[in-house]
Amino acid sequence: MAIILTAVGFMTALGLILAVLLVLANKRLFVFEDPRIDQVEGLLPMANCGACGTAGCRPFAEQLVKGETEPGRCTVNSKSMNQIIADFLGVDLGASEKRVARLACDGGGNVAYVRANYTGLPSCRAAALVAGGGRGCSWGCLGFGDCEQVCDFDALFMNKQGIPVVIEDQCTACGDCVTVCPKDLFSLHPVSHRLWVACMNLEFGDEAEHHCEVACTACGRCVQDSPEGLIDIQNNLAVIDYSKNSLASTVAIERCPTGAIVWLEADGRVVKGRDARKVLRKGALPVV
Amino acid sequence: MQEQTAVLDSSGRFPVEPRSSKGLFSLFQRAPTFDHGIHPLEHKELTADKPIRRLPFAPELIIPLSQHKGKPAIPLVKVGQEVVRGEPIAQADGFVSVPMHAPATGVIRKIGLGPTAEGPKAPAIFLKVYLAAGQQVLYDQEQDPEQMEPEAIIAAVQAAGLVGLGGGAFPSHVKMIPPAGKAIETLVVNGCECEPYLTCDHRIMLEQTESLIRGIRIAMRATGAKRAIIGVEDNKLDAVAHLRARLPQHLPITAEAVQTKYPQGAEKMLIRSLLGLEVPAGHLTSDIGVAVFNVGTLAQMGDLLPKSRGLIERVITVSGLPVERPGNFMVPIGTPVRFLLEQVGVKPNAGGVILGGPMMGMTVASLDVPITKSVSGVVVLEAEDENAARKQVYPCIKCGECLNACPISLNPSMLGELAQARDYVTMSADYHLDQCFECGCCAYVCPSNIPLTQYFRISKAINRKRKQ
Repeated sequence: MAIILTAVGFMTALGLILAVLLVLANKRLFVFEDPRIDQVEGLLPMANCGACGTAGCRPFAEQLVKGETEPGRCTVNSKSMNQIIADFLGVDLGASEKRVARLACDGGGNVAYVRANYTGLPSCRAAALVAGGGRGCSWGCLGFGDCEQVCDFDALFMNKQGIPVVIEDQCTACGDCVTVCPKDLFSLHPVSHRLWVACMNLEFGDEAEHHCEVACTACGRCVQDSPEGLIDIQNNLAVIDYSKNSLASTVAIERCPTGAIVWLEADGRVVKGRDARKVLRKGALPVV
Repeated sequence: MQEQTAVLDSSGRFPVEPRSSKGLFSLFQRAPTFDHGIHPLEHKELTADKPIRRLPFAPELIIPLSQHKGKPAIPLVKVGQEVVRGEPIAQADGFVSVPMHAPATGVIRKIGLGPTAEGPKAPAIFLKVYLAAGQQVLYDQEQDPEQMEPEAIIAAVQAAGLVGLGGGAFPSHVKMIPPAGKAIETLVVNGCECEPYLTCDHRIMLEQTESLIRGIRIAMRATGAKRAIIGVEDNKLDAVAHLRARLPQHLPITAEAVQTKYPQGAEKMLIRSLLGLEVPAGHLTSDIGVAVFNVGTLAQMGDLLPKSRGLIERVITVSGLPVERPGNFMVPIGTPVRFLLEQVGVKPNAGGVILGGPMMGMTVASLDVPITKSVSGVVVLEAEDENAARKQVYPCIKCGECLNACPISLNPSMLGELAQARDYVTMSADYHLDQCFECGCCAYVCPSNIPLTQYFRISKAINRKRKQ
């Protein structure tokens, strides 16, 4: 009987001591966390895409509660959802223009020559390491669709010619395609940037056109036709100065002989100039 | 995964027990070698007995400004300028860079983007060759490297535009200077040529012996090395005997046979075989007092330095079963692969074309790419070979063949699984991905046809991009 009493007494005392320790530790080591962070995080889409510039939704919620950023920076949430967050925190929504990923290449299989068959892993990053992938144009899209695979929002699909097409409504400008592309063809732009050079080839004239029928040949007609300083030829490629975006119009694209400079309509249509070469070919070019 | 602990002894070396050679076992002992590695089909019989020949000049040479590791050279010539064979046409940009010399007499047609074997177009000098010209090298100035100070030799090596001709393309003069506080004691001369098909180093050892020995003496003088060992795989015992008969007796230069095994020609493997020393992971060979030079580099050094000329041509092997007249050729730098293949003739069953050896060489996407300083051969594969590479890939069966093949004892199986899971950070942090030098042994032995080496190349490229 004495043994049982000793054991029970000992366990009770031990339990009490540990309980006191736990209470003290709770008081001493307590970290205050704003309960609003959890609530705001619950209102975020939890895509952890990084489009807002933070590592994920939790750090973004922390910044929102601290007032360091605006709810409008989340490009994945719908506008009404962001408005709920703004109302909850009592802050402005923050006007941020929708940004999308744009591809600076239009060299599909029907216009850009493939010079060598690549037979390794079906991935752009793998192909780019084997002699650049076999495309005649060493800047151009390889078309294995690493960007399509990496897109979390199904905002990219490969068209019949093997060129990724961005669905602007679904694109959240998270930047995953920008990172994954071994040729660095993607970049993030506000949707208001409608004038677009869909080429990265740095060769001049016939040399560029030799490998791709829609390459920028650096002829400079778009520079002549557009307002001063809007477009400039740098390293044999037309470069648009988007700080003068308000001056941009479809005039610049009209005389482009290859259709490398295009006007992107809000409904997703790609408008080429009147003088642009008409490509009727649907099938892929032969490998030569 | 075993953690490699690099314990250096007092002399700064990583000690490895010498192989036992006692009693009867010594009868069965073969030439020294390293652990693991593979034995690919050699195909060296196609060109091993073909003497080095010259070919006509190509009508146009393409000389990329970056044929070496380090900064690209800066052009010294203008478009339309006429140049004489051997004339400097580009200067070195800083210390880790080398100049370029005109490989032929002609006129500069263009300075602009040219094709490269790696893929992206890079700045190059296009030289239209005067095919009727005498093609004499007029840029001679006698000097005696045996009397020069080490610093003067190193400057002369840079001025000659010499880079590692074995395939590394690292500027040779940089390798001659050990890091502060270290001294180079041993010069290892790499005559292994472990890549299948290639025989150019074999022919250099047989035909350019004088230049090679002169080059070794110059390199020993410049680095301060006390001895030199020429390592040759034992499938070229004729070269070992030839060298031994001609090496000067009063100098500490020896020629040793090492076992024929791929990748015996990798510098860390060769040091392990010849000296029994291991280069700790993440260290340079100079950290254990060794400098490794390819026989081709030293033969060119012995040839060029006494006349203070520049590197304008190199020996390459053009081989492969579909090649009609395979052989070893002295070709000017910048010769397009297309011209070379027209000269040797190619049968219609040709498939892929590889610059360098088939194990570590680069497949080219265009025949317009030029021969650069680091290209040791052009190998044409049969079209069937290409289909064989397209075999179906099966899942890893954990057989461990790749672990037995990896010469630096990595775990390619695990690395491959991690690459498929896209966990590139773990590959680098816990599985020593950065030590992999892409020899291709793991992919060669894999019974499931997993393209392991390709996975590792992608992973390394992604890690590099991430660090930027």
